[in-house]
Amino acid sequence: MSLPIATKPALRRFHQARWDEPIVFELDAPGERGVLPPQVEPGVRETVGDVLADLPESLRRPAPPTLPRIGQARVLRHYLRLSQENLGADLNVDVGQGTCTMKYAPKVNDQLVADPGLRDVHPLQGEESVQGALEILWRTEQALTAISGMDRVSLHSTGGSSAIWTNVAMIRAYHASRGEAEQRDEVITTIFSHPSNAAAAAVAGYKVITIHPDADGYPDLDALRAALSERTAAIMVTNPEDTGIYNPRIVDWVEAAHAVGALASYDQANANGILGITRARDAGFDVCHFNLHKTFGTPHGSGGPGAGANGVAEHMAPFLPGPMVERDGDRFRLAAGGELSIGAVSAFYGVIPTIAKAYAWIAALGAPGLRAVAETAVLNNNYLMSKILAIPGASAPYATGRRRVEQVRYSWQELYEDTGITSEEIGVRAADYGTHYWTSHHPYVVPQPFTLEPTESYSMAELDEYAAILAQVAHEARTDPEMVRTAPHNQTVHHTHHDDLDDPDRWAVTWRGYLRKYPDAPQHRRP
Amino acid sequence: MINAAAPRLGLVVNPVAGLGGPAGLKGSDGAAIQAAARAAGVRARAGERARQALESLPAGTPVLTGPGDLGEDVTREAGMVPVPVDLPDPTGTGADTRVVTAALVAAGAELVLFAGGDGTARDVAAGLTVSGSRIPVLGVPAGVKMYSACFAVSPQAAGALAADLLVGAATLVDAEVLDVDEEQVRTGRVDPRLFALVRTPAHPQRSQGRKVATPTGDGAAVASVVAGLAAQLRPGVTYLVGPGGTTAALLRHLGLSGTPLGVDVLRDGELLATDMDETTALAAVGASPEGTGGTDGHDRPGAGVVVGVVGGQGFLFGRGNQQLSARVLTAALGDADHLARDRLLVGATERKLTELGGRPLLIDTGEPGIDLALSGMLRVTTGPGRTSMYPATAANGV
Repeated sequence: MSLPIATKPALRRFHQARWDEPIVFELDAPGERGVLPPQVEPGVRETVGDVLADLPESLRRPAPPTLPRIGQARVLRHYLRLSQENLGADLNVDVGQGTCTMKYAPKVNDQLVADPGLRDVHPLQGEESVQGALEILWRTEQALTAISGMDRVSLHSTGGSSAIWTNVAMIRAYHASRGEAEQRDEVITTIFSHPSNAAAAAVAGYKVITIHPDADGYPDLDALRAALSERTAAIMVTNPEDTGIYNPRIVDWVEAAHAVGALASYDQANANGILGITRARDAGFDVCHFNLHKTFGTPHGSGGPGAGANGVAEHMAPFLPGPMVERDGDRFRLAAGGELSIGAVSAFYGVIPTIAKAYAWIAALGAPGLRAVAETAVLNNNYLMSKILAIPGASAPYATGRRRVEQVRYSWQELYEDTGITSEEIGVRAADYGTHYWTSHHPYVVPQPFTLEPTESYSMAELDEYAAILAQVAHEARTDPEMVRTAPHNQTVHHTHHDDLDDPDRWAVTWRGYLRKYPDAPQHRRP
Repeated sequence: MINAAAPRLGLVVNPVAGLGGPAGLKGSDGAAIQAAARAAGVRARAGERARQALESLPAGTPVLTGPGDLGEDVTREAGMVPVPVDLPDPTGTGADTRVVTAALVAAGAELVLFAGGDGTARDVAAGLTVSGSRIPVLGVPAGVKMYSACFAVSPQAAGALAADLLVGAATLVDAEVLDVDEEQVRTGRVDPRLFALVRTPAHPQRSQGRKVATPTGDGAAVASVVAGLAAQLRPGVTYLVGPGGTTAALLRHLGLSGTPLGVDVLRDGELLATDMDETTALAAVGASPEGTGGTDGHDRPGAGVVVGVVGGQGFLFGRGNQQLSARVLTAALGDADHLARDRLLVGATERKLTELGGRPLLIDTGEPGIDLALSGMLRVTTGPGRTSMYPATAANGV
């Protein structure tokens, strides 16, 4: 007699849904509507009059917007179908998006921020009517102050790179206030720091000097010393770096920067391996930032909305953006930014729903819980590393043999040399098993890279499954390379073509842009 | 279906490549050496390596090849369909590689895959030059000497890269072809010269690049380096511009046509002389006006040096640019005790640096004092306002 439930094979027999779904604009059907608002009753109309009469001419549309006309049921099906054609964080074992810290974002917090008291607040409401929202901002700032050891925290930045920009803007203002703006025109970063540090510094007008790792794979202190001078405005570094390697001489780095009058900026976008263990201020940093949508359990939102938190030491507080939340007894009020403030870096006070979710996440865990997050994330990472390094052809270059913090940048170089199969091809084939991975920031310092970050959110069984998928694909690369090279086979799309995205004349990121650039494109209409 | 298509891949195998390596003969050039190696029981490995490369291609792919052991045989062994070109007068020397390469081009090859070492690369490049062709070449590593930058990391990687190129999924980068005189190597001297610049396929680092502003194509990256170098050229300074793809691009950027494989003299946006040897280079910087370019108050000739990173080995000086000798560098930058390192401009794409895998840049001018003075952390220009601190070290006669 067979079992009532068939046993499952070791690897999932996954197949992605493929709906061939048109773009929502192509679903436009004249006559269809999502909502038909009721007509205003005659009595109401007579009493109120023409409510639009006072609308200034400048706010009136000459023509209605060309939005697609679609019934509710079709809208629902449209988006459900699209939702089946991705591998989002809620669907797959999302440990392959290393450096991004794809942890579980508790659903209960979505309900929290859907509360009308939070959802409907308007930034121009009087302070008295938003005391709760201001208290959340204040308490989140206090928590992040404790976590970072810094003296003040601002929640204005609307994302990680936005927060890095805020830091470099404060650094620039600091040197300007001391008459050294002209003299200090260089910023130093490391090649395994997040590239937004170099990018923000360049946009702020700084020359950027990049430090490569030393022979042991750690950030090269001698190279830093050779680069530092009276022209240095700041060092801007990520730690642990993208490799998952923690710079053990970070205090020496900060001291070396301070010795030449430069500031030290700490990219803690991903602080998942160090919560409750190390603090930016304890290493002497002048400014730091967190991504609330990485470390603090809020969704990434596919590129937004995120939230960045900037922490500063006391001497940098005068440059903070404003307004800031101050507490007077049990009341909260908005005060101006620092006396030498860099000004506003976002509209109003930052991304309130994201901040509220981060606050709820921090409050739910408490200090011991935050430390448990870091310890679990580090444990998970080193467990997964032991599984990955057991796959023939995989390696973890730099600081070989050492443990990593919360992520690892691995290499398939050996497998590539044996088979000609690239890391990109392996990642695409992994999608046939219902997961994926991300390779690396540029430049590809680690050859044939892939970066895994398990966070605290995955069980041992899930990490085992993920490692088994990569082992299977690596095996296929040796036994059936053509299968890997022509992957994906079970996915919603086949190979994507990047050429269109390389050419400004061809890319179209809006429907209007698409119609303008491709006026002759056939419109696919489906019932 | 594939069989019906016109062959687009060209293959030439140097059947004696690598013969001298296992026998400790430091190369395989010359009939006597090959005979000695065979006598020592060494089997050439180029054919086997070429077969491994071809096996990364879809079975049945038609391949334009040299006849017999110049490609045809291994192509058949690998399960592909050889389409041999004519070689009317085989010589059993590098001349065969040159003739076959030219014939592959004439037959419509879009890529020349070759199995061999630096000598083979040099012959392939010469074959292209004869044809006036700039089609890409890619080396299956099978030689003893492989200083050149046009080799894949393994035969399998070469085959995969070739397959990608043919479907438009590879990008092209400039690569230096270097070779040494093996007679010199056997007498303990290493003096590789830069023989050619070829184009070679590389895997584009595509989709992830959009997270950052780094140029994804190598051409854009080189243009970025060039813009960074150009911004650092100072008025009145006489620059010796070394050979290589990056420096050639710098001169093109300035609207000048220099010598890609030679040393040119640049001052105030004008090319004063081209293709210097050591003596004329010395004269060029020696004749420059004293101190005109110096803003640092030092009394030394107003001269500078602009170089790229040569080849895949990471050489700054001593490989491919021997014209920039210790004497020339001393004349341009000052002696070892007072070397003006700020007048040495080094440009390289971040890719070129990272592909060194952490190995330092190498200096081998033959003058230990100068090698040492140039060693240490160098600022390598990677773009406008962008530099990398990168270590350089004396090669100690590698």
